[in-house]
Amino acid sequence: MWDYLVYFVNATVLAAALRMATPLILTSMGGIFAERSGVINIGLEGMMLVGAFTGMLTSYFTGQPWLGLIGALLAGALMGLVHAVASVTYKVNQVVSGTAINIFAGGVTVFLLRWIFDVAGTSPAVSRLPVVTIPLINRIPLIGPIFGTHNIMVYMALIIVVLVHIFLFRTVWGLRLRSVGEHPKAADTVGINVFLTRYLAVIVSGAMAGLGGAYLSIAHLSRFGDQMTAGRGFIALAAMIFGKWTPFGALGASLLFGFANAVQMRLQELGIPSQFVQMVPYILTMVALAGFIGRATPPKAIGKPYEKE
Amino acid sequence: MQNILELKNITKRFPGVVANDKISLDIRAGEIHALVGENGSGKSTLMNILYGLYNADEGEIFLRGEKTKITEPRQAIDHGIGMVFQHFMLVEPLTVFENVILGSEPQKRGFIDFRGAEKEVARLSREYGLRVETGARVEDISVGQQQRLEILKALYRKADILILDEPTAVLTPQETEELFGVMRNLKEQGTTIIFITHKIREVLEISDRVSVLRRGKLVGTKNTSETDRPELAEMMVGREVLLRVEKEKAQPGEKVFSVSDLEVRDQRGTKRVKGVSLEIREGEILGIAGVEGNGQQEMVEAITGLLRADKGKITLEGKELQNLNAMQIKKKRIGYIPEDRHKRGLILDFNVADNMILGFHTEPPFVQRFFIRDERAIKENAGRLVEEYDVRPPNIQQQVSTFSGGNQQKIVAAREFSRKPKFLICSQPTRGLDIGAIEFIHKQVIDQRDKGAAILLVSAELDEILSLSDRIAVMYEGRIVGEMPVEEADEKKLGSLMLGGEARKDRGGDTVETGTE
Repeated sequence: MWDYLVYFVNATVLAAALRMATPLILTSMGGIFAERSGVINIGLEGMMLVGAFTGMLTSYFTGQPWLGLIGALLAGALMGLVHAVASVTYKVNQVVSGTAINIFAGGVTVFLLRWIFDVAGTSPAVSRLPVVTIPLINRIPLIGPIFGTHNIMVYMALIIVVLVHIFLFRTVWGLRLRSVGEHPKAADTVGINVFLTRYLAVIVSGAMAGLGGAYLSIAHLSRFGDQMTAGRGFIALAAMIFGKWTPFGALGASLLFGFANAVQMRLQELGIPSQFVQMVPYILTMVALAGFIGRATPPKAIGKPYEKE
Repeated sequence: MQNILELKNITKRFPGVVANDKISLDIRAGEIHALVGENGSGKSTLMNILYGLYNADEGEIFLRGEKTKITEPRQAIDHGIGMVFQHFMLVEPLTVFENVILGSEPQKRGFIDFRGAEKEVARLSREYGLRVETGARVEDISVGQQQRLEILKALYRKADILILDEPTAVLTPQETEELFGVMRNLKEQGTTIIFITHKIREVLEISDRVSVLRRGKLVGTKNTSETDRPELAEMMVGREVLLRVEKEKAQPGEKVFSVSDLEVRDQRGTKRVKGVSLEIREGEILGIAGVEGNGQQEMVEAITGLLRADKGKITLEGKELQNLNAMQIKKKRIGYIPEDRHKRGLILDFNVADNMILGFHTEPPFVQRFFIRDERAIKENAGRLVEEYDVRPPNIQQQVSTFSGGNQQKIVAAREFSRKPKFLICSQPTRGLDIGAIEFIHKQVIDQRDKGAAILLVSAELDEILSLSDRIAVMYEGRIVGEMPVEEADEKKLGSLMLGGEARKDRGGDTVETGTE
């Protein structure tokens, strides 16, 4: 029994869990921004994919993965802007708009990959963001092997969680953002610009998802592959809900899903059929959402376009 | 006194209606100015224009003598105008304190200065006698507190013109008194108040001057001391209004309905009805007076099958009803006007015709063989009732949500009365209605009585209880604490019973905590 536990829960698996969780963490922060402002962002998956592609492309042409990161951020933001125009200004159903973005992203990345590189499936290798070792921390027993050495984006993601928390709950703009997602008319009556707030929130949401995608193509791996997000945008959305629309909650949920992913890799080593094993993270996601979430109340105005008169 | 605010020829058109038609209004500095009119007369539209939520099509606003353009709430706030909306503009999951500062947050480089702001809010709360728990979440505090919070919000933004849009509609009589206290206090400190209401009694009690709107036009402005109830009512409705309900003395017949020793718990498991016994005869109205929240709602819901009775008997013509479900009870020819017509009485997204058959929708003539709706019977039914009950507009295909409160209530009444009920429960039947609609509903209730129905009337409005009932019982903390024929009842007597009556005297005039707090 103990042997099994050690087999699944050890520094190697936990470090892998953290790596697996990172794109979910970044993207779920994006989900929080949009949904806290009252806009459903089911297009996170597509925004991630476009981010992953643009990150790879920029890194390929400039040789600078840091520029790739900025490219991914801007591409995600642009997708966010599209979603905002559709759902805030033109009041398109937000789920429809997000779904359209997902379909568009799937198509356009495959198309551009072939057109630019004349390859199908996988891009050439590009340079990626550095792996860093944190001095001191990497010497601490137990903690060191788990947290000591990672791609720099893993640490960025953890810092971003703290920043998002501070932004939402300590700053003026965070308070306004939350009020817009709960009761836009009340926000309007105290002079808050509901439309502008939602625009900015959805753009930031896309930018975060772009970063989440960039992690896949220029940090974790060093190439882009068709549909490489593989549903992570949706899992990030689930992590956001599981975490009750709070940054630390979403962090915890992302880590749990990341852990399920890491365990799945171990199970494969044991010779359990891989198709079966690959279901594990998704089943865990469903069980978590159905069973443990309890009463999570989403922002009240979510999904409803704001009409002034 | 000087005019602090002048509205000149304000016109606002919505598709199909002129909501404000060349309205000119002067508001004097430091006065309480009542703005009255029936629902849909344009009061709220006018105030929304003043607050910048709507933009007027024509007309001008002069603030402190200067022509001012207000196109956004932000500008109104900057000009010292504050507004408390009828439906509160509060963000429920946020704290009281966060709601107060929202949009005008004290900050240090983008970070909210929680400590400084909390002090300021506490100071305002003390200074104006507006009791609120600043740390609590808005969803956890009472309606009365929410309203004080709204006023606090306006004062925090340094409003010296305060618009109150039907502030008393959601308050108990005690809370209303407290609000009036706050208003007087504000007036003493120099705040100008525009007070929207359609309750004439409140106009006479609190205001200095009163302006009446009807169908988008200003009918006139009067000094409150120089006008009276009948005059204001006539100005509002456009014709003479019966302020007293005309009715013959009741001719009670056989005992139809009784409740004995009823005990009911609410959904949270708290015992709210603690042994109530009642009897109502044919052709008689029994009024239940009481501050809301003293078990009336739970009693009514137990009778109508929405809640289970823990104990006790409910009988209609000798047959026991307790713990039948709502549908079974409906089939016993019991009519029910629920206190919340939006939640219980109507399906707002359905049209008039479908709402007119709710509860009877499984019975002939509305369904035929194989459960197929008989559209012709449904239409015929709705057409007849709409005419009989003067529902306006008389379009049976129109969604109920688009009707005014008065017309929605007429739809509920039409449906419930149309099946010739033997027993009728009317719970707050005129809440939120204007004078014209109240008069109409009251007439219909009396009409049902005269046709022989036994009627249980539950109302928080003492006026309504006194003018409709033949007998009156007072409910306090889940018990009936007094019962008398209407001839022996008056406001003072009922009011003291409503606050706990004898119990209060025993404690030597201690204030009794009642209501929702």
